[in-house]
Amino acid sequence: MAFTTAARTGGPVPAPAPPSSRLPRSRTPYLLLLPGLVWLGLFFAVPVATLFSTSLQTRVPGGEIGEYTQTFRFANYLDTIGEYHVQFVRSFLYAGLATVLALLIAYPLAYYIAQRAGRWRNILLVLVVAPFYASFILRTIAWRQILGEEGPIVPVLRFLHLIPAGATVTASAVAVVAGLTYNFLPFMTLPLYASLERIDPRFIEAGGDLYANPFTTFRRVTLPLSMPGVVAGTLLTFIPAAGDYINATLLGRQPKTTMIGNVVESRFLRVVDYPTAATLSFLLMAAILVLVFGYVRRAGTEELV
Amino acid sequence: MAGALLSDHPTGDLRLDRLVKRFGAFVAVDDVSLTVPKGSFFALLGPSGCGKTTTLRMIAGLEEPTAGSIHLGTLDITSAKPYRRPVNTVFQNYALFPHLDVFENVAFGLRRRRISRVREQVMAALDLVEMTHLARRRPAQLSGGQQQRIALARALVNQPRVLLLDEPLGALDLKLRRQMQLELKRIQVEVGITFVHVTHDQEEAMTMADTVAVMNQGRIEQFGPPTELYGAPRTTFVANFLGQSNLVPGRRVSGGGSHLIPVDCNGQTVLLPDDRCMTSADQVLVGVRPEKVHLLPAGMNPPTGHNRLVGGRVADASFTGVSTQYLVAMPWGQDLTVFAQNVGRGGPVPVGAAVTLGWEPEHTFGLEGETGTPAGRDARVTARMR
Repeated sequence: MAFTTAARTGGPVPAPAPPSSRLPRSRTPYLLLLPGLVWLGLFFAVPVATLFSTSLQTRVPGGEIGEYTQTFRFANYLDTIGEYHVQFVRSFLYAGLATVLALLIAYPLAYYIAQRAGRWRNILLVLVVAPFYASFILRTIAWRQILGEEGPIVPVLRFLHLIPAGATVTASAVAVVAGLTYNFLPFMTLPLYASLERIDPRFIEAGGDLYANPFTTFRRVTLPLSMPGVVAGTLLTFIPAAGDYINATLLGRQPKTTMIGNVVESRFLRVVDYPTAATLSFLLMAAILVLVFGYVRRAGTEELV
Repeated sequence: MAGALLSDHPTGDLRLDRLVKRFGAFVAVDDVSLTVPKGSFFALLGPSGCGKTTTLRMIAGLEEPTAGSIHLGTLDITSAKPYRRPVNTVFQNYALFPHLDVFENVAFGLRRRRISRVREQVMAALDLVEMTHLARRRPAQLSGGQQQRIALARALVNQPRVLLLDEPLGALDLKLRRQMQLELKRIQVEVGITFVHVTHDQEEAMTMADTVAVMNQGRIEQFGPPTELYGAPRTTFVANFLGQSNLVPGRRVSGGGSHLIPVDCNGQTVLLPDDRCMTSADQVLVGVRPEKVHLLPAGMNPPTGHNRLVGGRVADASFTGVSTQYLVAMPWGQDLTVFAQNVGRGGPVPVGAAVTLGWEPEHTFGLEGETGTPAGRDARVTARMR
């Protein structure tokens, strides 16, 4: 009783003073951002600027090989497009094919691991990542052996009359696309797995409960819910595949399969034509940026939870 | 043939016949037979792990029975695919499709069956749950209660023969749950569809359902109208899970009136109507609900013909507003519970006071004595805390 009276006469407890709005803003977030910003500046912004500057240079008349001067010649870009548009188109075609193939292989694989594998899940995931323990180049060279004359594939294909007697598999577009597909498959599988694993099995049950057969449930429920994984996986496959030159070098080895990465490599290291190599790099970057932007907008992933 | 399931609009009762579901060595549902009359509100009540959800999932077609059959009217739906059954489910946590807005969620079932006038029916279903204004929202933008209503509309719009509800109110706070209980009851009466409602909340089951089936360890312990289950529980599990019970062990003695059995409880004789006694053995658990018991000062007797237990001492009294809950220590070492309505007559009985307990014989029930008192009591406590 005494307590009640005291509380009543004491009136309402004063609210704690609101925090002063004049407090200095904490600098911590900016300090935390600093290392990342420095890194981006030194290793992205500066090189890109240098690359852009190089792309506008021209050869010094009468100068030595590899001697260039800044003339702000934007026509370099037109020259490059005129000369190498075939390789550009081929690069995007190969990368696109490899991306579609990787998606077709990785989706069922990721679906199985995420929804059905049970206690084998982790082992299967390790197997997906396991190729990374060997070097990218070594693995590609290994594929040359597998697809070569002495490998197991060619005799089988010949025996089945799937290819003519004298034909080979290496040094062809098929080999390059196969190599790209193989090398970037984990980049497709892992994001797909991550998004499929998150899908609550109850959504799939709800689809069945609402008169959708398993196929319709997949098309109307599972596939839309896994779109973030599809978008991430295709980007992680397409972008590096479009700029790749290892597969075309080791599994293609002929002008018919040259990709834009090979052109950049030979312009830069062999012909020592820095401006052309720089314009190629810039064009590749810009093209990928435009493609990706359009793709992400169309896929509409931002609407997904 | 299977397509006929949806188009024929089979009517009639839902019948489960000797239904069994095993997961490896574990028997989740053990020989369950039930008939749910058409148009009734049926509750499957039990603690978690008692098999109620598995039973529901078998009716939905999400789980295949190990043995037994499920009929809807004359139709055998035991092994029909879920998408071919005229049965819809309101899932626990609702399972609303996050990539579709409210309208498309509700329209999902209609579109799959290529039914015309989707818009009209979806809006009618949303109107029923008072959610038309949120038709273009995504599920993530809705509160729990709103999601619950949408899940209900998404199932009801298909006009199923049976609507299954799997703990639909479990994720809501107490006040909202009470409100939704009444709402669900209203909707069920309005649409006249058979509702099978799974819950661990005994109050929820009793508030809404016409018939309650209490499940325990894969079996149906008892089913019937809530008043019957509460007034005359058949097992100690039901007596303790559905509300509270005082259960005093006793032994049948000779004598007594026409329909009353005298039972000796630690030297004191109480009477038990023979139609409310579930055992023919000598050992009997004498049961009475706490609110049926009156507290009298020691030395005072209840009206003639009433049961009486003397020698009690008030060990604890907790005031809950509308009533006071007393814990009375009996001479044989058992604590009995008494709820006294605070009607304003007589003051509270102080702790330590010597008291006599009295109640009418018609409120007494007799249970099999072997199982012991605690069955179901722990289950109810855990179920409440979840």
